[in-house]
Parts: sequence; C-alpha cells; structure tokens
Amino acid sequence: MSTETPQSTGPDFEAGSYVGEDRPLGGEPPAPTDLAAEVRGYLLGLGISIILTAATFWAAGTHLIYGPGIVMALVVLAIAQMGIHLVFFLHITTAPDNTNNVLALAFGILIAGLIVFGSLWVMAHLNHNMIPVRDLSSMGQ
Amino acid sequence: MSTEALRAPPDPRHLGHGGESAEGLSEFTGHGTGGPAPKRIVVGYGFWIFILSDVIMFSAFFATYAVLVDSRAGGPGPHQLFDLRNTAAQTACLLASSFVCGMASLAVGQRSQRWTQIALLVTGLLGAAFLALEFREFAGFVARGAGPTRSGFLSAFFTLVGCHGVHVTAGLLWLGTMMAQFWAKGFRQNIRHRFLCFSLFWHALDIIWIGIFSLVYVMGTVLP
Repeated sequence: MSTETPQSTGPDFEAGSYVGEDRPLGGEPPAPTDLAAEVRGYLLGLGISIILTAATFWAAGTHLIYGPGIVMALVVLAIAQMGIHLVFFLHITTAPDNTNNVLALAFGILIAGLIVFGSLWVMAHLNHNMIPVRDLSSMGQ
Repeated sequence: MSTEALRAPPDPRHLGHGGESAEGLSEFTGHGTGGPAPKRIVVGYGFWIFILSDVIMFSAFFATYAVLVDSRAGGPGPHQLFDLRNTAAQTACLLASSFVCGMASLAVGQRSQRWTQIALLVTGLLGAAFLALEFREFAGFVARGAGPTRSGFLSAFFTLVGCHGVHVTAGLLWLGTMMAQFWAKGFRQNIRHRFLCFSLFWHALDIIWIGIFSLVYVMGTVLP
C-alpha cells in the first residue's frame, strides 16, 4: 500500500461500470453550456455537407468542367466533405485533449493512403508490364 | 509512513503522473503531465482507434474496388447499373441521420429523456430507410444477373458497399440498445460513454459513405 500514489486509488480508475461524474478538466466545463451555439455548429456542418454533396452530383453531369478534371474535382470534394464531418460532427479539434485523436487520425490517414495509392500504383505497373496473352501464346513457336 | 511521502513520490522532473497538485490534475492535462485524462477522453480515444482500424479495412476494400473496376468479364459496368437518383436518396438519408444523431448527443448533454428518444428514433428510421434503398438496389442488380459472382468488378462492389451496409445494420442494433439503456437506466456516466462511442461510430459510417458515393457511384458514371 505504501507505494501507491493517491490518484491510483481514486474511483475514476476502477474497471467496470463506475457510476459517477467525470472530474472537471482544467479549462473545460463539465457539461455543454451553450446549447444554441452547439446546434448552430451542427447546422453549419450540415449546410456545408449539403452544398458539397450537391456539388459532387452536379459535377457528374456538367459540361462546364474539363472532362479529365472531373475525377480530381470528385476526389477533392470527397476529401473536403470528410474534413467537414470530422470537424463539425466528430469534433476533432486542435484542443490539447484532442492531441492524441489527431495523431491517431494522421497515422490512420497515412496507412489508408499507402494501401490505396500503393495498390493502384503497383497494379497499374503490373498491368502495364504484363505480356499480353496473344504474345505469350506465340512465344513457343 | 508519513502522508507526505504518500502524496509526493520523488519525481523532481515531473516525468510521471501527478505533478504538484493535490488531485494529480493540473491545467496541463493532455500535454503529458498532470495525470490521466478524464474517463470520457480515454473512452473516446480508445474507440477512435477502433474506428481508424475500421477505416483502414475499408481503404483496403476501396483499393480492391479501384483495381478491379475494369475487370467486368463482359458483364455490366457502372454505367448500366448505377442509378444516381437512388444514390442521392441514400446520401440524403445517411447525412440527415448523422445530423439527427448529433442532435441526440446534444439532448443527452441536456439530460432530456424525451428528446433523446425522439432524436434516436429518427436517427434509426433514417438509417433503416438507407438500408432499404440499398437492399432494393442490390436485389435489382441480382435480378438482372449482376450478382457478386458475375465479375471481379461486381465482387469488389458488393464487398465494399455490402460491408458498409453490414456496419449500418450493426449500428442500428446498437442504436436500439442505446435507446433501451437510456430508457431503463437513465443518463448514467457509463451509458453516456457508450453513447459517445455510438455517435462516433455513426458519424464515421457517414464518412465512409462519402467515399463510396463519390468515388464508386458518381465517379463510376463519369469514367468511361
């Protein structure tokens, strides 16, 4: 017992379903205080998402964008909308208590990007360098 | 042993938890000093790690789809199959569901049983409408002979979109559980933590769907 520090015996660290309140964190209110501001935040996120979604479907049918550029426009719109969701709905912020979440997100994006772009890159080169089947069948003659 | 030694283990450079304050907390919590973060932060972080692993799994399915999208074996392609009006309706359902789920989390913050149940019910109904539209689309594909066994493109398509649909189905079950728990047990801390995880899950599913409707459906009808 003599080696334990006081905070390791506090009720916040018990396993299972401890029923109690979160301890207030320095600088953070224990409960949301301004409901109207939070609703406005969600509404703003919803509005931007609707605009970006409409832009995505619009870009598919328009002739105003240079054809090969539409693909890039769709990718940019998708990434923008994912960012909007992260900020307004998932509340990923730059606050100190979010540092770990942001770092984990950065690592996740790195791995996902490696998987997607790495696969496309490798498979495109593989297809490009593969001997066509008709050439392969004539090699034995 | 004196209480002085209990309270302040030798740590002159504040490398361990605790620091100088009596509760082991300081305003620097989150910067690596000042003791463990509140349980809400830790629970959210743990579930966030799970969501990111799920995102990585979906990125592998996206990569598979992108590689196989032209492997149609003479079968139908995105132009013959995809109906963007159906996709737009699905997108609207899921986006609205995600928004109402945010409203539910605000209702939980206000400890309003009535609005929590209403918001969660609407969230679930919109999610169910999304699933119904998706199921109708899949059934239409299979009826036209474009099932998952038809070509590599369709295998990858059904795996990617179907896996998202399975996630939404699991989310609906979880949502019903949350409604029952809020109803029966009230706004206890551990129930609110579960709901925090659920709302993260539900919003993350909408993020995955953004990738699917943009890069699979819309782009499929744009590319030759």
